[in-house]
Amino acid sequence: MNGSFAVYYREMVILKRKIFKQIASMAVSPLLYLAAFGFAMGRDFDMDGMTYMQFLVPGLVAMASMTQAFSIASEINISRFYWHIFEEFQSAPLANVQYVIGEVAAAITRALLAVSVIMVLALCFGVTLSINLYFVGAIVINAALFGSVAVICAMLVKSHADQSLVTSFIITPMAFLGGTFFPLDRMPGAVQAILKLLPLTHAAKAIRTSAHGGVPPLFSYALLLVLFGVFFSIAIICVNKARN
Amino acid sequence: MINQSMIKISNLHKRFGKVHALRGVNLNIGEGELFAYLGPNGSGKTTTIRILTSLTNPTEGEAFLNGYSVLKQRLDAKMQCGVVAQHINLDNELTVEENLSIHGMLFGMGKKDRAKAIDEFLEYVDLADRKKTLIKQLSGGLKRRVMIARALMHRPKIVFLDEPTVGLDPSIRRKIWSFIKKAQNDGATILLTTHYIEEAEFLADRVAFLDTGSIVVIDSPQNLMDRMGAWALDTMNNGDISTEYFKSREQAEASAKGRQYTGFTVRRVNLEDAFIAQTGKKTIGEAAPAKSPHGGAHSSGHGHGGHGSHQKGGH
Repeated sequence: MNGSFAVYYREMVILKRKIFKQIASMAVSPLLYLAAFGFAMGRDFDMDGMTYMQFLVPGLVAMASMTQAFSIASEINISRFYWHIFEEFQSAPLANVQYVIGEVAAAITRALLAVSVIMVLALCFGVTLSINLYFVGAIVINAALFGSVAVICAMLVKSHADQSLVTSFIITPMAFLGGTFFPLDRMPGAVQAILKLLPLTHAAKAIRTSAHGGVPPLFSYALLLVLFGVFFSIAIICVNKARN
Repeated sequence: MINQSMIKISNLHKRFGKVHALRGVNLNIGEGELFAYLGPNGSGKTTTIRILTSLTNPTEGEAFLNGYSVLKQRLDAKMQCGVVAQHINLDNELTVEENLSIHGMLFGMGKKDRAKAIDEFLEYVDLADRKKTLIKQLSGGLKRRVMIARALMHRPKIVFLDEPTVGLDPSIRRKIWSFIKKAQNDGATILLTTHYIEEAEFLADRVAFLDTGSIVVIDSPQNLMDRMGAWALDTMNNGDISTEYFKSREQAEASAKGRQYTGFTVRRVNLEDAFIAQTGKKTIGEAAPAKSPHGGAHSSGHGHGGHGSHQKGGH
């Protein structure tokens, strides 16, 4: 696993080198959502027996685990198109699966760091979440899934500009519609059916339930694991295809 | 006669859409040999290296590195080689040491072996004092040296150098040549691509001339030059340069007398003369005059090597 560790180590050195900037950028969006939606707008809302703030924070955790894991796509693109580091990996005795494992592990680490930042911010707003195996498990699987999607995306796009299109058309809509800011049952039935197909919907559900001490539906974990398996396999194929 | 074959290429083809970049290349490079692959930009040099280092697949044909197929035993084949790419491919945000350390991990080196190899090979390229420096703080020449240290640190049997001195000034280029020779003396088999004639002439045991995806000729630089004669006479007339070859300087100078010209040069034959004779090109940089090492294409004739005399005026 030396090869996977080399890929992971590289991502971690880069993360460490700009750790303060990273933490600051990871804090900005959640802080704004907490202040605007949670504190100011949602103060008097009651959501299934909990305050809106208690509803919102696990949603932000799910969203951050997705967006931060997906953000490694940009790092891969920079190393591929600007520094040509991907060629160094490609010409080394590194199996495609090792490369994907290293990048996905880096995606999970970034996601866990972002979640830690959100939990500290939530404490400032008086919200405490229960940290348990279900909670951490859902975050890790969600991050692994979107880390795999990030690798696929980084291998398929032809430029850095294409990358931002994927973020605008897929990641951002999912971030808002995947059960992050509101319960899905407030949407029309047909829309609900579509939204239930999104992995983030299931991640948010699992994270929210476990964060408040409940036992989440195991179906959500099973679905996330299956999707992770599918995207991880596609990522390996895409890394191989990127050779030409 | 070559030793055990370290690089073997059989009937290699590569097509990019309608472009036929490699057209049935065959090559055998022996153990410890320094082999130069010489041709203008776009002739297929880098494509060959990219296939050998698994960065791209051939359309047809097969290649072996120390007996391992680059298609069927990809990881074993890659384990045999170190690569210095044409462009800088170091991580700008990382230090010299971190870049080398990651490379060592990729080749399965343990922590102690990596630390030892990093010190040894930074010493090798005279960069021991730059270990903790960020890559982005190094000049182009120093980055090239780091890339050479990186390519050698896992002690590969085969080293690919793809235009390793492109864009560097002559003094740094010569320094890099000395590292390349040192690597060969330490036992590495080296495949060097270049369009710098003097680089191939100085370094290579054998040279292949590549033109539009095909190998035109393979021989030692000396044999290729000997085919031309020892001395060349370049004469210029109304902006056209023509070249003739002679066995001795005296013969060349005698031939220059009694002719109408606006200038002439008597000089030693170099590898570019052999390239021009074999390929029918006007210069080695004909395919891409803007990147010619001689600073541009000539209207006719070619660049002049050293050891010559130059004279203006005519008889």
